[in-house]
Amino acid sequence: MTSSIAVSTRGIVKDFRTGDSTARVLHGIDIDLNPGELTMLVGPSGCGKTTLLSIITGILTPTAGSVSIFGTDIGALSDSKKVAFRRHRLGFIFQQYNLLPALTAAENASLPLVAAGSPLQAAARAAAAILERIGMGAHLDKTPAQLSGGQQQRVAIARAMVHGPCLVVCDEPTAALDAQTGLAVMDSLREIALDTGRAVLVVTHDTRIFNYADRIVTMNDGHIESDQPTGGIYR
Amino acid sequence: MNEIALRMLWGDRAKYLGLVFGITFATLLMSQQVSIFIGLMARTASTIVDVREADLWVMDPQVQYIDEVKALPDKQLTRVRGVPGVEWAVPFFKGLGVVRAPGGVMQQVIIHGVDDATLVGRPPKMIHGRWEDLRQPNAMIVDRAGWEFTWPGEPFEAGRVVEINDRRVVIVGLAEASPPFVTFPVVFTRYTEALRISPGERNRMSFVLVRTAGGEDAKVLARRIADRTGLQALTGREFEWRAINHYLRRTGIPINFGITVVLGFIVGAAVAGQTFYLFVVENLRQFGALKAIGVTNLQLLGMVLLQAMLVGFIGFSIGIGLCALFFALTSDMTHLRGFVLHWQVVAATAAAVLLILALSSLASLRKVVILDPAIVFRS
Repeated sequence: MTSSIAVSTRGIVKDFRTGDSTARVLHGIDIDLNPGELTMLVGPSGCGKTTLLSIITGILTPTAGSVSIFGTDIGALSDSKKVAFRRHRLGFIFQQYNLLPALTAAENASLPLVAAGSPLQAAARAAAAILERIGMGAHLDKTPAQLSGGQQQRVAIARAMVHGPCLVVCDEPTAALDAQTGLAVMDSLREIALDTGRAVLVVTHDTRIFNYADRIVTMNDGHIESDQPTGGIYR
Repeated sequence: MNEIALRMLWGDRAKYLGLVFGITFATLLMSQQVSIFIGLMARTASTIVDVREADLWVMDPQVQYIDEVKALPDKQLTRVRGVPGVEWAVPFFKGLGVVRAPGGVMQQVIIHGVDDATLVGRPPKMIHGRWEDLRQPNAMIVDRAGWEFTWPGEPFEAGRVVEINDRRVVIVGLAEASPPFVTFPVVFTRYTEALRISPGERNRMSFVLVRTAGGEDAKVLARRIADRTGLQALTGREFEWRAINHYLRRTGIPINFGITVVLGFIVGAAVAGQTFYLFVVENLRQFGALKAIGVTNLQLLGMVLLQAMLVGFIGFSIGIGLCALFFALTSDMTHLRGFVLHWQVVAATAAAVLLILALSSLASLRKVVILDPAIVFRS
């Protein structure tokens, strides 16, 4: 974590082949994310936000261009090292939460630690501390079916944070929530995720949460249309 | 991740139970039917198995199996005794008769006539009485089925008189004979007594039982007997397989049992395979999320295989347990005795269950391996 830039993409191009035709969904994306900032990636459906998110996290490989996260060139990593990098350095928050129904809140939040080799019970104790910080202390032993949508998303936030990642990516974290719950989830996210050594990237359509952003990057048709600081409205 | 895999499995109770049921059903059906089949085939050679003193069975060259008797003239006994390498040779009678008890009960029976002098040809175990009692006039020993069919529910009592083929005989003992393929009781009497009570042809001797002289190879002696007498001579083992092979080739039994076993395999594989596939498919987003957060393909494969192995182990254990229980509960039933669960059947069933699990998890494993973790970014 010696780099002053958290995430840097240069000339990201992504083509998808469909039969004989090729569709270009990203046209040379350059973007820099700073540590300690919450950046929102916004734009209409199909503009390439999720594709860019997948490339930044090493899930998709770009047709051209490079991605660097705190100085690590993601494209230079082997597949297994990419998986290991995701396991240790990235945190994920999904629109549909994707919690395991059979596990408790604490156990779900502990999954990245378990994937890295920690015993489940020890990892769950570590996750419980984070869940308590975001007001979920009374729900540690509940399964996802016993939690509301907002509570499930808080568990997902704890899961994204439990292993101390340097980049947290959120895909439409409030899309499945009502307005009040969505704002509460964003409060939790800002409170726990923002750190000088960490960047947060949120892909969203939800204009209600724009106030939580330090920067808003707008995409359209595979291009960056605008990249503007919000002036710290939230703060 | 193993604990998580197990929690995922147990968390979906309906599919977990469905998987266990599928494997249990397949295990029970395959092991029980194969055991019954083996038991039935073993019954075809029950007479041969019970005659332990003889090394060779000598018979007419046309005889195909034990239940197809073509009687020999008495002189063949002397000829066989004259072959070098024969320690002793005795006659053996095998035929059918009808027992009529005083109460009017009638029952067809298999009559074994054992050598008058040595009683060679008797089964090894007596339940009541002594083999030597056969030397009494008109004496007969019955097996358990013979007693129970004739006097059901009554304790054994020596001295009961019955008629066989209208000849009076006295029951002097109760023997434990291997159950025959047909469900007729087996009765034992001296060879000369068997000839007396059995109407028949000019030639009456069913087989000649032979013991090899010390150091003589049974197969070599069998060839020598065949060369010198023109008769057919087989070791006990060869004769057993002759009988088994006859029933395998000439009856629909193996096909019927084979179909049942294959159906058990197919149904088990279909139920387990479909349920397991659905289980994995319904958890695909969760597997995708795990992949996205850095769980490796190897870890996920380990999880899926652990789930498959666990349901396989539980289902197999229950199925084999139920099969063993079936045979334990039926071991005292006269008409079902002799059927047992052999360890080879347990091992073969375990192999079949492993194959079912491999087939079941193959499609699921492929689904997990090729799963694009980006699936979790699609709403």
